[in-house]
Amino acid sequence: MLALLPELCLLLGAVGGLLVGLWLPRERQWIVHALAAAALLAAIALALADATGASRTVFDGTYTLDPTLHTVRVVVPAATLLVLALSRGAVRGHVRETEYAVLLLLAALGAVLLAGASDLLVLAGAYLLASIALYPLAGFAKDAPGTEAALKLALFGAFLGITMLAGITALYGLGGGTAYATLRGGLTEVPPSAVTAAAVAVLAGLLFKAGAVPGHFWVPDATEGAGVGVAAFLTTVPKIGGLAAIYRLSTEAVPAPAGLALVLAVLAAASMTLGNLAAFWQDNARRLLAYSTISQVGYLLIAPAAAGAELARPALLFYLAAYAVTNLGAFAVVAAHHRGENLDDYTGLFRRMPLLALTLVVCLLGLVGTPPTAVFVGKLTIFAAGLDSPMTWLVVLAVANTVASVFYYLRWIAPLFKEPTDEHTAGVPVGWAPATAYTAGALTLLLGVGGGLILEALSA
Amino acid sequence: MLTAVIFLPVAAALVLLGVPRIPDAVVRWVFVAVAAIDFALVVVLWSRFDGTGFDHETQLPWMPSIGVSYHVGVDGISLPLLAMTAGLFLAGAVYSLRHTDRPRGFVALLLFLETASLGVFASLDLILFFLFFDLSIVGMYFVIAVWGHRDNRRAALMFFLYTFIGSLVLLLGFIGLYLAADPSTFDIPTLVEQHPLDGSPVAGGLVLLAICLGLAIKTPLVPFHTWLPPAHTEAPAVGSAILAGVLLKMGTYGFVRIAMPALPEQWRRYALVFVIVGVISVLYGALVALAQTDFKRMIAYTSVNHMGYIALAIGTAGTIAGNTEQARQLAVTGAVTQMVSHGLITGALFLLSGVFYDRARSYDMGSYGGLAGPAPRFAGLVAVGAFASLGLPGFSGFIAEFQIFTGSLGARPVATALALLGILITAALFLLALQRMFLGQRRLPQSVPEFADARPNELVAVAPLLALALVIGVLPRFLLDVIESGASTVVELVAR
Repeated sequence: MLALLPELCLLLGAVGGLLVGLWLPRERQWIVHALAAAALLAAIALALADATGASRTVFDGTYTLDPTLHTVRVVVPAATLLVLALSRGAVRGHVRETEYAVLLLLAALGAVLLAGASDLLVLAGAYLLASIALYPLAGFAKDAPGTEAALKLALFGAFLGITMLAGITALYGLGGGTAYATLRGGLTEVPPSAVTAAAVAVLAGLLFKAGAVPGHFWVPDATEGAGVGVAAFLTTVPKIGGLAAIYRLSTEAVPAPAGLALVLAVLAAASMTLGNLAAFWQDNARRLLAYSTISQVGYLLIAPAAAGAELARPALLFYLAAYAVTNLGAFAVVAAHHRGENLDDYTGLFRRMPLLALTLVVCLLGLVGTPPTAVFVGKLTIFAAGLDSPMTWLVVLAVANTVASVFYYLRWIAPLFKEPTDEHTAGVPVGWAPATAYTAGALTLLLGVGGGLILEALSA
Repeated sequence: MLTAVIFLPVAAALVLLGVPRIPDAVVRWVFVAVAAIDFALVVVLWSRFDGTGFDHETQLPWMPSIGVSYHVGVDGISLPLLAMTAGLFLAGAVYSLRHTDRPRGFVALLLFLETASLGVFASLDLILFFLFFDLSIVGMYFVIAVWGHRDNRRAALMFFLYTFIGSLVLLLGFIGLYLAADPSTFDIPTLVEQHPLDGSPVAGGLVLLAICLGLAIKTPLVPFHTWLPPAHTEAPAVGSAILAGVLLKMGTYGFVRIAMPALPEQWRRYALVFVIVGVISVLYGALVALAQTDFKRMIAYTSVNHMGYIALAIGTAGTIAGNTEQARQLAVTGAVTQMVSHGLITGALFLLSGVFYDRARSYDMGSYGGLAGPAPRFAGLVAVGAFASLGLPGFSGFIAEFQIFTGSLGARPVATALALLGILITAALFLLALQRMFLGQRRLPQSVPEFADARPNELVAVAPLLALALVIGVLPRFLLDVIESGASTVVELVAR
């Protein structure tokens, strides 16, 4: 039980916050947010304290504590903390301010559990927790776009969730158990094609969480329709849990001959390419970011596809952290610039708020993978893992996609430095979003420069 | 010390950005002061250079788990380029004393660019090299996109996309080298010592292809030069000078520093490709420059021509059969001298072309005539720059090209003979341009009443560059001694 202290922290924060929130008048509901922040900080601290321990499984092998989980237990609460901060201005004094924090905590807990699950049933439970908390969040504003976002999210979540459960049933039947360790042994005797089919069905749910092709259809609409804070969360935190779960499933449960690596490679190729192609002519900033996250998942999926390489896991974990910080930084700028719906609205931002504009430049170039930002180190290691495995074609495709992605990120960067016109008069930055953006931007650079230390720790 | 040289400019840039409300004049003078200090520091580095191997070396672990370290150092090849870079930035700083709008951002950006440029030439780690290489692209993108003129956004985007593609292909090649080494590392001296891909023709060929493609786009060699004319023409004068003088050298320097010594076997195998591409670049660049009516565009194409000589020289250095070590060393020395020389001369010419735009908002050679009358000093500077650029004896360009041709003639007589034609064409085009713009009937673009002569800051910025080109042309030993020490090492490494 003690091994799960960080998870318990998140749970206690959620339940405690809900109870406290019931008794608080509306203008004092910020206390719940403070409580949630405290719970998140405590979870990070406890996770860091536990991270030095050896890899082990708990609860009869259904939950694994290893570097993957340790990293996710730090990154997910940290990302949630940033989301709480950047949406502070939007939810302050809101009717459902308490629910916002509570649902975020529960979804974060679901993402962490996804990463740690080494049993198919725990995985299914984590999936439900991570998904259901998101549906009300997507429709939080109770407006038409929000409702559409929530509906799409819920429909896709249910559909792909069912597929996943079917896959779990099939794997259970084939492998004679639900624990990954049992499956690893049990599935070797089974025809590989059957294993692949069942595993792909399980992947369907996880790809939905990760927002990868073909589970990506909800991403653009949900990102545009939900509030900025929720959109930032949707495109960051569930991805972390989903990708960690994909990595664990493909390396620990499914035996190599099943050929899951090739499936993942094809999915990676499809995600990065389709995401990029769709992002090209987007004029809405949030939609552009949504498609950019789909292509980023494509790069991230190289790691599970190249799981044989020594660098694959540290690369994935580092990239996840780097991606989370950079993506949240970009969303924080959108939140801070609250009239920034379309790319045109950012015209002349450099003149009005130079620091915010520079942060956006750092984050967008970071998403491209320009050194010395964090994503560069992530991309570098993940490409090295891909070439080592060897998935050369995939890495070449990823490089080509990276180049193509420069185009649409620059479409956003270019107007920043134009002369502002009268219609783009200053919107005063709201709440804590600017500070969050600066923090995330600085973290991106810091992770990039200090990447060595972290990679060292992840490779251990 | 070397680290201080690299990071001093960016530190100054951060201070400039951080302190609120600095008057513009102060900002401009800070730029001059910082660039001057940095140049002085490089001179000190030079004076302490002992002439063998890597000097002023620093190596600190950065990302040990993937074999990346902060490793910087200088040798006979990088030191002259560092000095040229610092000098060119100083000239740019003096030139900018009058010529910029929004000086704070401009100065901060150029200082950032100076750090990136110095960093590329001092890096002894592939990832560090790549980092500075990419940052230089980012910096230059903003210089063109924000401070350029006319169709600058398009040019900036094209520049960024092209060179960024190049850099990513380069990165693929670097990762290939990294994976081949045992233990895997990005450290350049270690990779050079191991030359891990000798004996594996397929992998080695692919890695060489990736690295050379990346560097060829940056250099640029024909057919990857299409980004260069718009980028140069639409950039502000200082930006063009830095782009031509410093950023192009990153490509050629990469060949000499990384591709040749780390992949010697492949380099020897494919040396002929560089000879051919070099000759094509020489002739194509010269011919297209001849056809230009835009002064800045013409200079831009002569850059393609000048980079072609370097490709010819380094290609010859990989030709072992029918070649002597002395000739190969001459070729490499010539190539490095050409990098320095081109930086000084073309940098000066681009700064001078800024004068045209400043006075009359046009680079069109057809709309000027007889300028030697109203602007004698300016005409003199352009004439000296043009003669230096076409390789007149007495200037650094002659020393460089003479060595390249002498070194290449024995092993590649046909190619060298063809490349010699390039000099003829360049001579013709420069003389033609001088004649059109400075002699004959006085002409100016419409609505421009008069053409003011070179101002003091323009004179002080450009004259030293040309003077240095002259000094190298007359008394080259101080430079050649240093370069030869590095070139001989490279030649030995390629012949392994």
